[in-house]
Amino acid sequence: MVSGAEIMVKCLENEGVSVVFGYPGAAICPFFDKLYDSKIKAVLVRQEQNAAHAASGYARAKTTVGVCVATSGPGATNLITGIATAYMDSIPMIAITGQVRSDVLGRDVFQEADITGACESFVKHSYLVKETSELPRVFKEAFHIASTGRPGPVLIDVPIDIQENEIEEFIYPEKAEIIGYKPSVSGHPMQIKRALELLQKSKRPIICAGGGVLTSGAKLKFQEFVRKTGIPVVSTMMGIGVMPSEDPLYIGMLGSHGVKAANRAVHETDLLILCGARVGDRAVAAPEKVAEHADVIHIDIDPAEIGKNMKTTIPIVGDMKNVINAMIKGVDYTAPDEWKELISQWKQEFAKPPVKFDGFVEPKSFLEKLSSVLRSKAILIADVGQNQIWCANNYKMSDGRFLTSGGMGTMGYSVPAAIGAKLARPSRDVVAVCGDGSFQMSLNELATIAQNHLNIKIIVMRNTVLGMVHELQDFHYNSRYAITDLDAVPDFTKIADAYGIDSAYASSNEEAEKYAAKMLKSDKPFVLVCNVSPKTPSK
Amino acid sequence: MKYTLSVLVENHPGVLSKVSGLFSRRGFNIDSLAVGITEDSNISRMTIVADGDEYIIEQLEKQLNKVIPVIKVRTYAQGEFISRELSLIKVNCPAKQRLDIMKIAELMDAKIVDVSLNTMTLQFADTIERFETLTDLLKPYGIREIVRTGTVAIEKDSCAARKSTV
Repeated sequence: MVSGAEIMVKCLENEGVSVVFGYPGAAICPFFDKLYDSKIKAVLVRQEQNAAHAASGYARAKTTVGVCVATSGPGATNLITGIATAYMDSIPMIAITGQVRSDVLGRDVFQEADITGACESFVKHSYLVKETSELPRVFKEAFHIASTGRPGPVLIDVPIDIQENEIEEFIYPEKAEIIGYKPSVSGHPMQIKRALELLQKSKRPIICAGGGVLTSGAKLKFQEFVRKTGIPVVSTMMGIGVMPSEDPLYIGMLGSHGVKAANRAVHETDLLILCGARVGDRAVAAPEKVAEHADVIHIDIDPAEIGKNMKTTIPIVGDMKNVINAMIKGVDYTAPDEWKELISQWKQEFAKPPVKFDGFVEPKSFLEKLSSVLRSKAILIADVGQNQIWCANNYKMSDGRFLTSGGMGTMGYSVPAAIGAKLARPSRDVVAVCGDGSFQMSLNELATIAQNHLNIKIIVMRNTVLGMVHELQDFHYNSRYAITDLDAVPDFTKIADAYGIDSAYASSNEEAEKYAAKMLKSDKPFVLVCNVSPKTPSK
Repeated sequence: MKYTLSVLVENHPGVLSKVSGLFSRRGFNIDSLAVGITEDSNISRMTIVADGDEYIIEQLEKQLNKVIPVIKVRTYAQGEFISRELSLIKVNCPAKQRLDIMKIAELMDAKIVDVSLNTMTLQFADTIERFETLTDLLKPYGIREIVRTGTVAIEKDSCAARKSTV
């Protein structure tokens, strides 16, 4: 005989899971008890939301499915922000929650929450398991759904009696058979042909690359296509890293917080090729204006994204890797030199030297400097706020990853995501960059870092205000700083010290660079606090 | 414009809330949603009448297709389907008006399913347009209550046959 909890563990083992992030509670105890005997590492976070963020960082760094586990009621509801964050960024994730006994479901018993109902709009799919015998099928389907097509989080809610009940034997299905779920991945050859014909006529083409290129693992193929055709590239926040930052064909991030040359290029183009980008409002504020003067080729695995925000001339539904492969084979086109020259002119013309303030670290030049001292394949995780924009526009990468909460913009993402990323890629440099606001949303995870001896570097841009909103108040609210003053910012070095983590405080770029070098030499976690002027603008 | 969508879904608990949740979340307006088991007990069919332009209906179809237990989505074109709605209409009916209302019922092919001293209840299964005609005729007598099932629709074979021969 085998219990539901054992089955759940065996399912995870069958899926090749090696780490789960979680927080226990009565309703999930049977599962954790069985997991205790398994080779799967269970990482105890300090709040459930961070379990989801850590699973997300793990999933992205390792290109696999991340797993987070919480108990019923508040444990489950605390996961929601993390699940929603993963959903908006299309991260493959399994969230497992304990639930109260199935025979008392719906009676508002202690720590009961309708988590499948609450998560409906933030998950790709969800299950409330009613029979122990269903568990193998549910897990097989959940992993399949989470990781294929457009990836996303799948929630499995398991009542405690379902975990405790026993069935005869465990048989893991070989394949998931879901009648209504067959994502199309290949890209229609006729549409690809039509797209290439349209490209042939273009004088000023631009590629806008989004997170889909990275999710699909198509980065190198994508670069091959770009080099073969010479088409200049802009990226969305999620697409940062598709091209080396210093590549002459890469213009930068577009959008309201992006670089001016990228936006200019999109507004002057006659053919916009969207690759795994959903044209979010932060990327293109007025898509209808762009579509007025440009043809649009939209390549995406999710047909619902095509035509949702921008009128499309040629839609191609498919996995980026397959589509770009077919395009490389079929393409015979070189972007006109005049167009490329015009773009490099813009790049120079619009470049803005950063403003320095005495007694402070200038974050943009520091981040650029940091890029050069990190080892190749480093993983940088930007939090949300001004620090995110500074990173997006100034961190120069040739390889490695740039992770951030792009769609949801969830503050507090960077530290827990770094925990996941480090466990996924222990040999790589993992750096979290956050503000003093976002750091205070997840600094409890310093304990997780210390407990697991994770060599994570945290850079805190301390400007004593909630910078992003502060700046918004300057532009739109007559500089009335309503609740954006982070009065009583604690001494983060003392906090780090309390957790037994090394730290330093820098108030000039020279100091920051010196400490960064020291921090990277050490094989221990480190908190580098950079004193940044509240006047430092995002751009 | 009104569109009629026929959606095949897996017959699981929770599917209805997944589909109806989608409408409110994405801001789609629906006139009616009717659901019932098909000839295959594992599969249910939802008939949805929605209001919107072509863009909205295309989005609606795509978003419905993303719901995992949704098997197939079809938007019926004008004239290629038969649609009906069942309604129960309770109308004021003192004894002296009984004959009038019976005549309307006969004329419109509605069935009288309940009669009391002061009311009469009609059962009517037809198109929305015919339903509106019937209620227009009954309004002067005072309609007390209307219960409608929402539209169900099925593809016309005659139409499909004609299309395939063209």
